[in-house]
This record gives sequence, C-alpha cells and structure tokens, in this order.
Amino acid sequence: MTDHELIWRIAGGSGDGIASTSQNFAKALMRAGLHVFTHRHYPSRIRGGHTYTEVRVSADPVKSRGDGYNFLLALGDSFARNPSEGAYYGNEEIKPLSENLDELVEGGVIVYDSGLLDPSEIEDFDERVEENNWHVYDIDLRTIAREHGREVMRNTAGVAVTCAIADIEPDVIKSLMSDAMPDKILEPNLTVFDDAYEMVQEEFDVEAPDIQAPTGEHDEEQVLISGSDAIAYGAIDEGCRFIAGYPMTPWTEVFTIMTQNLPELGGISEQVEDEIAAAALAIGASHAGAKAMSGSSGGGFSLMSEPLGLAEITETPLVLVEAMRAGPSTGMPTKPEQSDLEHVLYTSQGDSHRVVFAPGTAAEAYYQTRKAFKLAYEYQIPSIVLYDQKLGGELSNVPASVFDEEPNADLGSVLTEAELEEAPHDDSGKYQRFQHDTEHGVSPRSLPGQKGGRYLATGNEHMPAGHISESPENRVAQMNRRMQKVDTIRAELNDDDEFNTVHGDEDADLGLITFGSQQGTVEEAADVLNEKGHSVKVLGVSEMMPFPKQQVTDFLDSVDEALVVEMTASAQFRGLIQKELGGYGDKMSSLLKYNGNPFEPLDIVEGFETALLEGEELPDNRTKFVPKVGE
Amino acid sequence: MSAFSAIGEETEEDQNEFTPGLEPQPTWCPGCGDFGVLKALKGAAAELGLSPEEMMVTTGIGCSGKLNSYFNSYGFHTIHGRSLPIARAAKLANPGLTVVAAGGDGDGYGIGGNHFMHTARENHDITYIVFNNEIFGLTKGQTSPTSPMGHKSKTQPHGSAKTPLRPLSMSLNAGASYVARTAAVNPNQAKDIIVEAIQHDGFSHVDFLTQCPTWNKDARQYVPYIDINESEDYEFDKTNRSEASEMMFETENALHEGTVLTGRYYVDSDRPSYQQEKKRIGEMPEEPLAERYFDDSYEWERSFDNFLDKHK
Repeated sequence: MTDHELIWRIAGGSGDGIASTSQNFAKALMRAGLHVFTHRHYPSRIRGGHTYTEVRVSADPVKSRGDGYNFLLALGDSFARNPSEGAYYGNEEIKPLSENLDELVEGGVIVYDSGLLDPSEIEDFDERVEENNWHVYDIDLRTIAREHGREVMRNTAGVAVTCAIADIEPDVIKSLMSDAMPDKILEPNLTVFDDAYEMVQEEFDVEAPDIQAPTGEHDEEQVLISGSDAIAYGAIDEGCRFIAGYPMTPWTEVFTIMTQNLPELGGISEQVEDEIAAAALAIGASHAGAKAMSGSSGGGFSLMSEPLGLAEITETPLVLVEAMRAGPSTGMPTKPEQSDLEHVLYTSQGDSHRVVFAPGTAAEAYYQTRKAFKLAYEYQIPSIVLYDQKLGGELSNVPASVFDEEPNADLGSVLTEAELEEAPHDDSGKYQRFQHDTEHGVSPRSLPGQKGGRYLATGNEHMPAGHISESPENRVAQMNRRMQKVDTIRAELNDDDEFNTVHGDEDADLGLITFGSQQGTVEEAADVLNEKGHSVKVLGVSEMMPFPKQQVTDFLDSVDEALVVEMTASAQFRGLIQKELGGYGDKMSSLLKYNGNPFEPLDIVEGFETALLEGEELPDNRTKFVPKVGE
Repeated sequence: MSAFSAIGEETEEDQNEFTPGLEPQPTWCPGCGDFGVLKALKGAAAELGLSPEEMMVTTGIGCSGKLNSYFNSYGFHTIHGRSLPIARAAKLANPGLTVVAAGGDGDGYGIGGNHFMHTARENHDITYIVFNNEIFGLTKGQTSPTSPMGHKSKTQPHGSAKTPLRPLSMSLNAGASYVARTAAVNPNQAKDIIVEAIQHDGFSHVDFLTQCPTWNKDARQYVPYIDINESEDYEFDKTNRSEASEMMFETENALHEGTVLTGRYYVDSDRPSYQQEKKRIGEMPEEPLAERYFDDSYEWERSFDNFLDKHK
C-alpha cells in the first residue's frame, strides 16, 4: 500500500448489502478515473456472519488486494445470532469492528455505527486506538438512515461519511446512485447521503483529511468486471449457447450470469439433477452440434470425472470451468484455495488428455476462456478453465477494449453434408469418424441428423467407424492419435499465444513462480522486493496442461533460485513443475497458504526473505515454508 | 436450407435399413430377450418412416448397451447410467432428431435412477426403453434393483433381503407421460408400443421384459403374458392417473407371483413436453440451435455490445 491509496473496508453482516454497496463505491471511483480492485471475505452462512469487502483505490493500476488497509467502515451485523461471549462463534454483532482491527494500518480511520456497536465491548480498544494513532468517528448511522428512509440505508450514510472524511466529491457517488437505484428508493437515499455528509462537515474537523482519496484519469474507457463475468463473456463471444449446471459456490456465479443472459441470445440453460448430468448434458449438446459448457466447484467437479473421460475417448468437444474453494470435501465453501489443481489435471480413469488453463486476471480469464473453446472444438478435446473464489469474485477495472473482439461461433472440425459425401465410409455406409492417420491427430466429426454421417460414438475403445474394438494395433493407433492432439496444442500455444506472463527485469537473479489467481499479488510483491534492492522476477503460469515446459525451464535456468507461491498445503504446483521438467527440485522452495485467505503482497515479501535471503522465521502460521529438495 | 437433411427425409418402410450391412452381428446369448428389443425397434422405426440418420440412439452400459452397435443409426454408447442426460441434451440442441435412450434395469433404475426420475419429471420428448431382465447380465448374474426378494446370486449368497423396485409406479410418480410394459416374447405388441412411445410428445417409458436364459435361469421366460388392454379381466382407464397407478401396483405384484401383465398403463396426451414448456417461457429458441452454427447469415451477438454497459 502506498501513501496515495485509499483501501476502504466496509464490514457488516452477511445480508446487510455489503457487496452491492462496495460494488457501487468501486464503480463510482472507477468512473472518476481511478483504478480499483476489490477483495471479498464472506462466510458460508445464509443470514448473518461477519463479512467485508475491501476496495483498493489508486491513481495507478492495481492488481491485488493491498497489505492491510487504511479506512474501516464498520456497520455492525444486523443479523447477529448470539451476543454472548461464550458462544461458539463469539459475539457476532461487534465483529465488523472487532475482527477488522488487526489489519488496519497505523494512522488509519475507523468509522463505526454507534447506533449498533459499542466499542467498550472490545478489550483494549482505546489503548489500541492510541497506540496506532487511529482516527475514530463514532456516528449514529442508523438514526440518520431511519430519519429519512429505512435502516438499511445506513450503508449510504456510511459511504457519505467516507466521502466527507476522505475528500471524495459527493457527485461521484450520487450520480452512480442515480443510475443504479430505482426512483422509489433513490430520493430517500440521496437525502440520507446529504444529511450524513453535512453532519460530518459540521461536527468534525475535516479540513485536513486523515486520508486523502487519490484522483486520477484513465487513458481509455474502463469497465468494472469480475473473473466470473469475464469467463461468461468469453464463452458467449465464442458462440456458447448451451450450459448445464447444478448450483455450487463459487461456480454458481458463472452459471447464473450465463443463465440470465442466454435466453435473449437464443441459447439454452439447464439446471439439472446433479453434476454428472450437468457434464453429460454438455457432452450431449456438443455431440449434437451446439457449443456447450458446464462447470462446478471441487465437489461437483468430482462427480464430473466419469463424463470427462467419456468426452476424451469419444472426442467430444467439452468446455468445463472449475471454481476452486478450500477442500477436502465441503471444506470452506466461500474461501479460496488452489488445491484442486491435481484433481482437475488427472481426474477420470485412463491417461488424461485435456487442456487446462488457469487465468491470472479478469482479462486473462476472458482470453483464455475463448481459447479454451477454440481448442476444444478444433481438437475435439475437453478444455477446462481453472479459477477460484478469489478471481471469480474480485472486481477490477479492465479496459473495455479487451472485449472489443469479433465473436467466433465456428464449430471447429465438423464436416458439412457436402464434405461428408467425399469422406471415407465403411462398406455398410458408416462414416469413418475416427480415422487412424490424420493431420495433427484430428479426425473431423459429423453431427446426428446429417446425411451420410452416421457412426457410433462409444466410451469403449473403437475402430474408425466407431464400433467397439480391442485389437492391439487399433488401440495403439487410436491412443497415439488422441494423445498427439495434446502435442499439437502445445505447439500451437508456443506459436500463437502468450498466456503465461513474465514480470520484472529479465536479468533478475531470483525468481517467484506462481499460477492462476495469485499472479497479480505475486507481481506486486516482486515490485516491493525490487524497491527494497533485491533482484526478482515473476513467472505467472496459466497453461497447466499441456504444460509450457520450455518456458518454465528457461525461466528456472535464468535464476539462481526460485520460490513457488501457491494456495495449497501440499505444494501441488511445485510438484507439477518437477514432474513436467524432470527435476529442479533443488532449485525451488515453496511458500504455501491455505488458511482461507488469499496471499497479501507482504506475505510473499516475508516468505521470500525467509526462503531465499535466509531471513528470520515466518512471523506466524498464516503461511508455510517448504524448503528445497535435500534441505 | 437445413444442414441436417436426414431429418424429415422421405423414406420407404424397410426395417432392413436399420440393420448394419456389415459386422458387428449381435453377440447376445442364444435366446436372449435383447434380440426382441432390437427387432421391435427396427420394426417401429420402419413403420414410422424414419431414416437411420435422423435417429439418435443413446445407451448405457451392459448387454443392453450394445443395442446401438447393432442398430444402424447415429448412436452414442455412453457410460453406466448416463444415457438419459446425453439424450436430453441432444434433443434440446436439435429437436428434429428422433431420440431413443436405452439401458438395463441396473443402468436405469439403479445407477442412473436419479436421471430417470428427473427426465420423467421434466417430460423430455424422448423415448426410454429399459431392458428389464431382473439381473445384471454382462457382469455375470449379480442381483439387480428389480431382482425379486430372496433372489440368490454370487453377491447375494443368502438371497436378497431387498424388495424389488417398482419401475412402473416409480415412473408414474416421477412424472412420465407415457408408461408401458412389454416383453420380448410379445413382438407385435412390443413394436406397436415402441411406435406409440416414439410418437408420443413427451417422456415415454417402456419397461421391456427381456429374459436372460444364461444368468437368470430360475426366472420366467415371461410367458404366458397377458395384454391388460385386450384382456377382459382387467378394466381400467389408462388416461386416469389413479386407475393407472392401481393397475401398475397389481402388475408389479403379479410378476413375482408368476403372472406376466403387459400393455399401456398410462398415457397423458395433453401435457406439453418439456421442450414446449421451455419455449413457452422463452428459454428455448424456436429454430433448432444446432442449425444456427451453419447459418452464414446469422449475426452472432457479442458481450461488448450486449452486456458491457452495465459494467461502465
């Protein structure tokens, strides 16, 4: 966090409107020319439970949550269940204030709703305020809200107070409220806003603000987008008009966005009985000639294992998305982790051959989802977009031009009826759908209903016309052809795309390697380390299968040592690198985090100093260090 | 012009069209009831004037799963229990296809039971033929969901302690709009029922009794059989849900007492299919989705024009 940033944390109860208020706040500041990045923390609860959203605001591009934050708006949990201290979950009502103090930086601001919260319930509150030089504003937001509207409008009052204290032009927020709110509630909300704003101006000395929100300007038009939005839009722009799914956090976001938008695009969404059916429906629709997808989170994806293998052996194009959360089993449903990596790479019986991308940003999520569709339909292979609750839910500003691309509804390697007339058939007239010797391993498919295209698709090993075969020669020919597609895709990725990113000075001595959603945070940590005088560069890997062996080898060869950063407990990603490269275990150590919260840049800075610079032990158990092989 | 010209194509009524000209020939055991299903399906398809390439037959795993190896059409031999979700989606993507799903009693009433229940509930416009031999045949004779109580097998050496599942009652309660039972030993009725099932606009469930002479030697050959719609001993209205329910209950009990009852049990011709319902609420396109990908004049929508404004 720099001195010129506002990192605003709005905390309350689950169901208090924290998410929508913070989204509007972030969008308003984006419209004002600033760069924004949000981080959500929420419990797996229906109503109640402490939740917060952090909005990081800067004049310069931001790609991660910050280290700590400097402005707390504590609203109080209006759905709190048990106020007694001995309760399993503690006194929940006070949590929006008490739970957020540890990460508030020195000199930070606290605004709390004195209508709901009493800081005397927090041990040492006054001492901590003094020690950290926090500026505390106790404001009865509830009463302000009640006077002109309803209690729920205390969120608006809190935003107004934020503007008054951090010197944010009220019109920035009010014009967004006018766009976002229906007329009926707009008027009382604007009155609540003005009242709260004026009250702070009158009662507090805000001439010299404690925190000054930055001001800025964008080079081009921006949109506020989540990873889930970007995945859904990537699918739509590739002509995906069929989705099947079953609700599961956090994959539900992509499913919902698709389901709400597909009808107006003449598409079909099916909410079905379980994830086995969901994956099977996507296969059935794709087989019949629609561009189709499904997806889930860890538990549901487990159920998709068998259909996934069916898509591999029948060479049915299939796009799945997997939104990881902390496991095993139900784990922590609303908390991010990256520990489904091996599961997604290898699940289902037999030798897996599939494409797996793990995008690092919302823009990458859009591009890589599009590429996942292109590869799936051209090479008749499953493509999986692997992300997590962090990337799916966090909002950031992305140039609108990222999405200004032509749609592509091409079905890939499919023959028309005219082409089928020229294609090889067996003596009974069946189309040789699975020919042995084809260019790049791809044997073009026909679709049910086409004249001259009939064949049998089967999960058994099969001969060119599709019939079941256990002939050794045929088996080897078909396996080799299917596996060859992965090599061809690797070559295509090497030639065409730059999904993996390198950040920092090419000649740096030390490396940080990460994958997927941690990329932005690791890059920020590298910037901090380089400012401190170290020589560090970052490799963010998105192509998990087929693995970019050459690029990772080159990166590792170019540094003395590397720290692999991932949200797993068993260093799965480092294991993947060692497996794919056949070594380098003596050059890589690991920094792991699996406590439910994504890395902050400072976690990585500290881990790096411990690991590679022989610094002190890690300060606490938030992260875990695993040394190199042989140490 | 359709990219799928086999759909709706004029054809001559010739059931040999549905016999593959080459191998594979059926590998079912001599005397197996599965031959009866194959014959009835060929006869029904020919009678309906269907062409092989407008039909898609999906199957599960088991002896029954080989049906589409021996039936000349588009086929998808899927995985155990999953023929229905694949069939449903193909029909949604290209409603012009005639979609028939098939599998055994273990496949449909056991491992795939959840799909059976929900496909019936949703009333998808497909036909589902369950080869019911009251046994697991391909894996050599284990007790299945429809095996009678007390049935002994290598996996139930002391006889099954479980009452058999009631396939007809389950289908009705789940929401199927056409429910029938036929038997391999009754080829004319079987063909007629499959013709009706394919013609029916909604989910048609045919519980097809297929004797297994190899692994279920103790079981009936399902003869003699009685057609409840023809017999004067059984009076009920197949369009009346509660009368159908009673008739099914009686039929399921009778089977284990040695009386084989078959026929049409429930027919609801008024209920719209799922596809019709989905169109009614505006969640399914009027034109087949699969055709759109071949329409060069179609202007594909994109997120930049349709959705980005709300993010600005």
